[in-house]
Amino acid sequence: MSATATSSQGSNASFSGVEARGAKTLNSAAISISNLDFFYGENRALKGVNLDLPNRQVTGMIGPSGCGKSTLLRVLNRMYDLYPGQRATGEVMMGEDNIIDPKIEVNALRARVGMVFQKPTPFPMTIFENIAFGVKLHEKLSKSAMEERVEWSLTRAALWGEVKDRLQTNAMGLSGGQQQRLCIARTIAVRPEVILLDEPTSALDPISTLKIEELIDELKQDFTIAIVTHNMQQAARCADQVAFFYLGEMVECGPAAQIFTSPKQKRTQEYVTGRFG
Amino acid sequence: MTGTAEHLVKSFDNDLKKLRDMLTEMGGIVESQLVMAAAGIMNRDNEAAARAVSEDPKVDALEHEIEQFVIRMLALRQPMAADLRQVVAALKITGDLERIGDYAANVAKRSIVLGQYNLPYSLAGLGHMTHMVQEQLKSIIDALSSNDTAKAIEVWRSDQVVDDIYNALFRELITYMMEDPRNITPCTHLLFIAKNLERIGDHTTNIAETIYYAVEGEVIPDVRPKGTSAAYAVVRQKE
Repeated sequence: MSATATSSQGSNASFSGVEARGAKTLNSAAISISNLDFFYGENRALKGVNLDLPNRQVTGMIGPSGCGKSTLLRVLNRMYDLYPGQRATGEVMMGEDNIIDPKIEVNALRARVGMVFQKPTPFPMTIFENIAFGVKLHEKLSKSAMEERVEWSLTRAALWGEVKDRLQTNAMGLSGGQQQRLCIARTIAVRPEVILLDEPTSALDPISTLKIEELIDELKQDFTIAIVTHNMQQAARCADQVAFFYLGEMVECGPAAQIFTSPKQKRTQEYVTGRFG
Repeated sequence: MTGTAEHLVKSFDNDLKKLRDMLTEMGGIVESQLVMAAAGIMNRDNEAAARAVSEDPKVDALEHEIEQFVIRMLALRQPMAADLRQVVAALKITGDLERIGDYAANVAKRSIVLGQYNLPYSLAGLGHMTHMVQEQLKSIIDALSSNDTAKAIEVWRSDQVVDDIYNALFRELITYMMEDPRNITPCTHLLFIAKNLERIGDHTTNIAETIYYAVEGEVIPDVRPKGTSAAYAVVRQKE
């Protein structure tokens, strides 16, 4: 899977001033996880996880509830920092940085690793402000540069055409699917390298879901994506590589086609065929 | 690797079982067609041969039914992994079985025509070939109903012998035709019969490969020795 360096120019050629940052590092793992353990107090929720998120590919994470896949996503942008008693040990390398090292500044990390949640979470402000809000935290842009950034983000999130005439209206008036695409636009506006999607379509109707899936396919030209989903067909449709988790362990990881046609591990086989337990 | 545990959705297991039952039923009919066709040649039993031919529409109908069922399962159940392989395998196997049924019917038809001729030579070679192909077909249908990959591989390997007998028969029949032009018509029918039997052997090995893939998730890790080109040699000499 080699995305070409010029692929980002396809849909955003007119945005000369804006460039996705992930575009600079090619042919390597965007995130490399080794021996990762995670604890909720005494409870060990991840057990020695080893996994690479290949650059500009979609990694799907599947597994039954409580298997640790959402926990892993929370580790990748240090969501757990907010909660005392939760800690991670091991290595999560992003370039030269072990991002779970407390010395790594968490706000800077979250600009590099963005996250989109299950339920759309637009801020109660205008569509424009929803996008600009996050950008302002990390960058100082002129008015015109900010306008360009907002248009770029909304275009990349396949929402621009639907909202360009009502940027100053409240984002809460958008439909669920539009709200979720707005959240994706907000995430990519700060030009992260990695986008984490935690069941991004489980609250959406089938058509909105397909739009998000199409968007994921589009975005992987510029971003590395990790998606947690309970919908196996969705993982099969979207992911390049799929990792199956069970009881905090990463049981098997491989190309999506292999996991869904010929998994090597018995537990993976039982899970993907619906024979679990 | 087979999903031995039960599916969480019981009706899905029922669908898989029904699919296998339909395939086994189709295999059974095709197998009996070949038995009757063999009786047509070896015992000059025209009645059996006619019955082999009359079974054909039943086989075609079953093929159609299995195809529809597979498409329905793919659309409604969206099977994965071993289940997906089983369902797709069923689609391929039903096609192979249908071809086998056609060839058996063709052998039977020719055996009826052959009944009008006095054959002044032994049919031992053809009898041996018929027997081998029948055994193969029987074994593969057993392997199919029990997902027995060891048996499938056995069948897959034994096809080489059938090919060898076919090549020997080819030469033998050509010799008879050269000896006496009056032999040309019956020997041509016999040649087609041998060819049809050889093709049945090939479809049987296809089924063996499909069963192996459906069960193991990979292709048979071996290369079957390719037959000689003896059957073409006689044709080439003329050039």
